[in-house]
Amino acid sequence: MNQFLSFVKKEFRHIFRDKRTMLILLGMPIAQIILFGFAITTEVQNIRVAVLDSSKDISTQRIIDRIDASKYFNIAQTIHNYDEVDKVFQCGDADLVIVFEERFNENLIHTGKAQIQLIADATDPNTATTEINYITSIINSVQLELMGTNFVPIQIIPEIRMLYNPQMKSAYNFVPGVMGLILMLVCSMMTSISIVREKEMGTMEILLVSPMRPIYIVLSKVMPYFLLSCVNLTTILLLSVFVLGVPVAGSLFWLILVSFVFIVVSLSLGMLISTLAVNQVAAMLMSGMVLMMPVLLLSGMIFPIENMPQILQWLSNIIPARWYISAIRKLMIEGTAITFVLKELAILLFMAFFFITVSLKKFKIRLQ
Amino acid sequence: MVTVQNITKQYGKTEALKNVSFSTGVGEIFGIIGPDGAGKTTLFRILTTLLLPDSGTAIVNGLDVVKDYKQIRNNVGYMPGRFSLYQDLTVEENLNFFAAVFNTTVKENYYLIKGIYKQIEPFKKRKAGALSGGMKQKLALSCALVHKPEVLFLDEPTTGVDPVSRKEFWEMLKDLKKQGITILVSTPYMDEAALCDHIALIQLGRIMSINTPQQIVAEYRNKLYATKSESNYRLLKQLKLRSDVASCYISGEYLHVVFKNNTAPFIENVEIHNIQPTIEDCFIQLMGVNNVDR
Repeated sequence: MNQFLSFVKKEFRHIFRDKRTMLILLGMPIAQIILFGFAITTEVQNIRVAVLDSSKDISTQRIIDRIDASKYFNIAQTIHNYDEVDKVFQCGDADLVIVFEERFNENLIHTGKAQIQLIADATDPNTATTEINYITSIINSVQLELMGTNFVPIQIIPEIRMLYNPQMKSAYNFVPGVMGLILMLVCSMMTSISIVREKEMGTMEILLVSPMRPIYIVLSKVMPYFLLSCVNLTTILLLSVFVLGVPVAGSLFWLILVSFVFIVVSLSLGMLISTLAVNQVAAMLMSGMVLMMPVLLLSGMIFPIENMPQILQWLSNIIPARWYISAIRKLMIEGTAITFVLKELAILLFMAFFFITVSLKKFKIRLQ
Repeated sequence: MVTVQNITKQYGKTEALKNVSFSTGVGEIFGIIGPDGAGKTTLFRILTTLLLPDSGTAIVNGLDVVKDYKQIRNNVGYMPGRFSLYQDLTVEENLNFFAAVFNTTVKENYYLIKGIYKQIEPFKKRKAGALSGGMKQKLALSCALVHKPEVLFLDEPTTGVDPVSRKEFWEMLKDLKKQGITILVSTPYMDEAALCDHIALIQLGRIMSINTPQQIVAEYRNKLYATKSESNYRLLKQLKLRSDVASCYISGEYLHVVFKNNTAPFIENVEIHNIQPTIEDCFIQLMGVNNVDR
């Protein structure tokens, strides 16, 4: 026991004395959460709207008021001539122009049809699409209200509803992804590098020629990273709840438990990498190429798995982070019960068991 | 104490060790002498259970290196050729850590390492990476000794260490020998061979001779002559062309020459005198390689 504790203490000394490692270990979660949460955001805010209102009646005013009230749109100016539309865009005074046809209210009441033209600056097509989507949903809701009061025959209106993320907050999407990414990186990359460093420095030779059993050597190398991962998990959860405003909708207990299982999977992957890599650079590349890229691209963190080609969907199945992110989305954002996450949990447990078995089998009690 | 029988080890097609056999007595310093690439490190790794031999057996302290590797790891001390301690830990932390790994404390066996550790104790708060070469070796030796091993394996402990520290290091080994510890030490320095009780001369994975240093020198078959001129290289070339020269090589500021009829001929303007051979001369003779520039 004293053997084990001394080893863990020594391991912490390595970590604390290496300022750069410390920075990566503890700074990365904060940087990533803030980056993904604020900087890399797909939501749009403060869209400047110019209005060309040729009818100036009760309905158009209602729509304009409603748009102005939304926190996404500001009515920047009103224009009086269709020719001004181009000018407004070119001067950069507006991102979006709304044009109401003449006699808007009359048309709406008598024919049940009125036209609004939405003109967006599509130089950034993604933003333009988002803007149009937002504003359409506002117009739709006004239209519904008008119909209710005027008993106009019901029109079929496309219903746009954003499940779980009504404001399409991208932070909701990114928090589980960042959790998966960071835990994977800290556990796998750092563990594998620190074990391989012992090999590279030659200290593994002395450790092997000692009464300490190889399994304890590995366990005591892994232990500090397990504890650090717990610290990171706490940081991420606190940041996402209090800074990004993403609530923990489901059970915190299960959220943490599933995270522990994922941490164990990542640690055992790190152990496996350390048995394969001959030096620190190889360990770094392996964890970077084998873990980080797939986690970023295939786990559903950035691109939805459903939209991938079939072959990539199959490939994504073997990525632990995919199951973890899916479980966390359900537990944290959707707030479902653990019974709906059993599949993910079972797969993660199996992966943990598999990787631990393989890496213990592969751990060399000798140099070759 | 250590018995090696017909150990062979290959890396791919390269034969690192070929039919190596020797045995050491209890409480002696046994030197494995040979140049780089002779197979010394491979041999040490097999004896410390870090590598498996392809064939042959080795017994350390009555235990088989393959079957009983766990017990062997309890009671041998190993100092690898490269400095293998934690550079970011202090001297004291390194020592305490290795003591803990071996289930002991520094206090328990302090008497054993006292002589060595005393010299680096003033720097105990210094990071191991910031120590000088000689001090690093002393720390590494302290760490290898802290659990009171019965056999100590030192792989090239003095390589890259200054002459004064090398001398001190060998003094320490003599002290340890008095404590009854069997020491296997490898070195490429021929002058250190004379400080061992027994030596094995190893070259290209084969042991050429095993004996006491004195006996190895005594078995030198020829008369050895030393010679010197203003230009040793010109002289070397000149001697090599002579039909009566069996072997000729540079040793320090002299040329060492062996003549076929064991008598020195008269060469104009060149002073030749008879000398006692050293281990290095024996080594060169045993290699059977003539006219090697050294």
